[in-house]
Amino acid sequence: MRQVLATIAVAFTLSLASSVSAQSLTVGFSQIGSESGWRAAETTVTKQEAEKRGITLKFADAQQKQENQIKAVRGFIAQGVDAILIAPVVATGWDAVLKEAKEEKIPVILLDRQIDAPDSLYLTAVTSDQVHEGKVAGDWLVKDVGAKDCKVVELQGTTGSSPAINRKKGFEEAIASHANIKIVRSQTGDFTRTKGKEVMESFIKAEGGGKGICAVYAHNDDMAVGAIQAIKEAGLKPGTDIKVVSIDAVPDIFKAMAAGEANATVELTPNMAGPAFEILATYLKDKKEPKKWVQTESKLYTAKDDPMKVYEAKKGLGY
Amino acid sequence: MKNARNLPFLATLIVFLVAYGLCTLQFPNMFSTRVIANLLSDNAFLGIVAVGMTFVILSGGIDLSVGSVIAFTSVFVAVLVGSFGLHPLTAFVLALVLSTLFGAGMGLMIRYLSIPPFVVTLAGMFLARGAAYLVSTQSVPITHPFFETIQGLYLRLPGGGRLTAMAMLMLVVFAVGALVASRTRFGANVYALGGNEQSAALMGVPVGRTIIGIYALSGFLSGLSGIAYTIYTSSGYSLATVGIELDAIAAVVIGGTLLTGGTGLVAGTLVGILIQGLIQTYIVFDGTLSSWWTKIVIGILLFAFIALQRAIIWYSNRRLADGASRGELRGAA
Repeated sequence: MRQVLATIAVAFTLSLASSVSAQSLTVGFSQIGSESGWRAAETTVTKQEAEKRGITLKFADAQQKQENQIKAVRGFIAQGVDAILIAPVVATGWDAVLKEAKEEKIPVILLDRQIDAPDSLYLTAVTSDQVHEGKVAGDWLVKDVGAKDCKVVELQGTTGSSPAINRKKGFEEAIASHANIKIVRSQTGDFTRTKGKEVMESFIKAEGGGKGICAVYAHNDDMAVGAIQAIKEAGLKPGTDIKVVSIDAVPDIFKAMAAGEANATVELTPNMAGPAFEILATYLKDKKEPKKWVQTESKLYTAKDDPMKVYEAKKGLGY
Repeated sequence: MKNARNLPFLATLIVFLVAYGLCTLQFPNMFSTRVIANLLSDNAFLGIVAVGMTFVILSGGIDLSVGSVIAFTSVFVAVLVGSFGLHPLTAFVLALVLSTLFGAGMGLMIRYLSIPPFVVTLAGMFLARGAAYLVSTQSVPITHPFFETIQGLYLRLPGGGRLTAMAMLMLVVFAVGALVASRTRFGANVYALGGNEQSAALMGVPVGRTIIGIYALSGFLSGLSGIAYTIYTSSGYSLATVGIELDAIAAVVIGGTLLTGGTGLVAGTLVGILIQGLIQTYIVFDGTLSSWWTKIVIGILLFAFIALQRAIIWYSNRRLADGASRGELRGAA
């Protein structure tokens, strides 16, 4: 009888132990909203990455409001989640709620944007490096044109916005040591398709019908798509007469690439959560603090990368 | 009659309690001091401004400027403290004086230029938002020991909840608001004005003074709410609290105050705020629902409560008519 009891007890303990180890993590994710296609894709990818790892994801859309984000984070703390991901809408105002999370020993990982708070309040930040993105685009052009002379026109993002400043800086760094490549004109296209087209039209007019332009560098794909239209309407062939290189890697640019109308794009990956979950798993296992900033890969895509396949893979993500 | 008019408040209270009960059945974690304290702390700035809105709506008016005044106050305080090195308390006083004068100015225009409150406060909304952008378009962080002290002030409840200083401030504002509405001459004048402006004037209610007082009060509470918001995020941001005036109005109406004025309770507004906060908390706990369900549920509740109010008015008017025809009221009149 005692033996039977002991066996039951052992079996019970075993099943308990296995159920504990199989018990999945619960992670809260406070997203800014769904203001752009990229952000919608980030949300979709985060949900997919969580599912892949058997993580229960609690998702809260803040509708562009910081007060909603703080409420959501407090709600996650009250629920006792294992970790919190935040894509912060503004850089300021996080200290109090992060302190609360820290006191409850819940690790917080920032996605996609940095904040103005002591970095002891969060585990790490997973973001892209915008300067690096511009540099990857510039490096591609340097390699592509070789020793030939190349006049570049630049479609900048919204004036004063950090991606516009940083992507410009990175591109300029890449071409700085190559005297054959010069930016001849640079104007803002506000990150939009229509403005991108308008500004490209004026560039073409100003450069003698576009004959002198060898390449256009757009700070995002949307402006590049607009520029492609402008080039076509001017009777030139985008991709051959004027090379097109841009950043973001949204599905539409892959369509253009498959048609030979765009040459290269640098990906701003919507998968910030994947690396975040990896870091979290390692941290929870051996309690070692990771680096405070984890840079996501800025992958270059060209026509060689089977653009239609990438398009098919990206199209369902909500871009 | 008075009881029938308070029926919406009772209905709101029951809706809140039943909804909270259902939530805790699904997520036992939701029945904790932590969640209750969060409900109060996270909605403190909304609650403070909703008290002012209750007075405005009780008087039959509307104030659309409150969200912009909150944003302006937060940026104004942040810049005064951050760039000009003023002590936060001095900045608070300046901000409150400014917002009260702003509200009083709108009251003046409503009264003496006979412009509908909707139009005046709409202009006020644009004006204050524009002024906020003029002060700073970027979010301004505040690092002052005083702010850290206030943020560190909280009552630790058993079970881990923290009732922050701002939550306590909101509860005090509600208590004072309820007292002013029910126990002072000003409060009685507000109700009279909302019931019928002409008869109020005939009864000797100082209409002009009361209207200016109401909007000055709403301006003052918007400023106070702005200060609470600044402490909540320890920063000023000109894009903050867009559309919060509508949340406040929704809380007031769900809380049982008649949109046409004259009937309602300040306490009801608190329950209205808690219902909104509860929906948001539920969505966060569930973690899969779209957060836009908050708006949908609030919309449905608004419809339901407005319908309920209509039904009660219709019912009590009929009773009144019945009573009059039976001659019961003759003696009273």
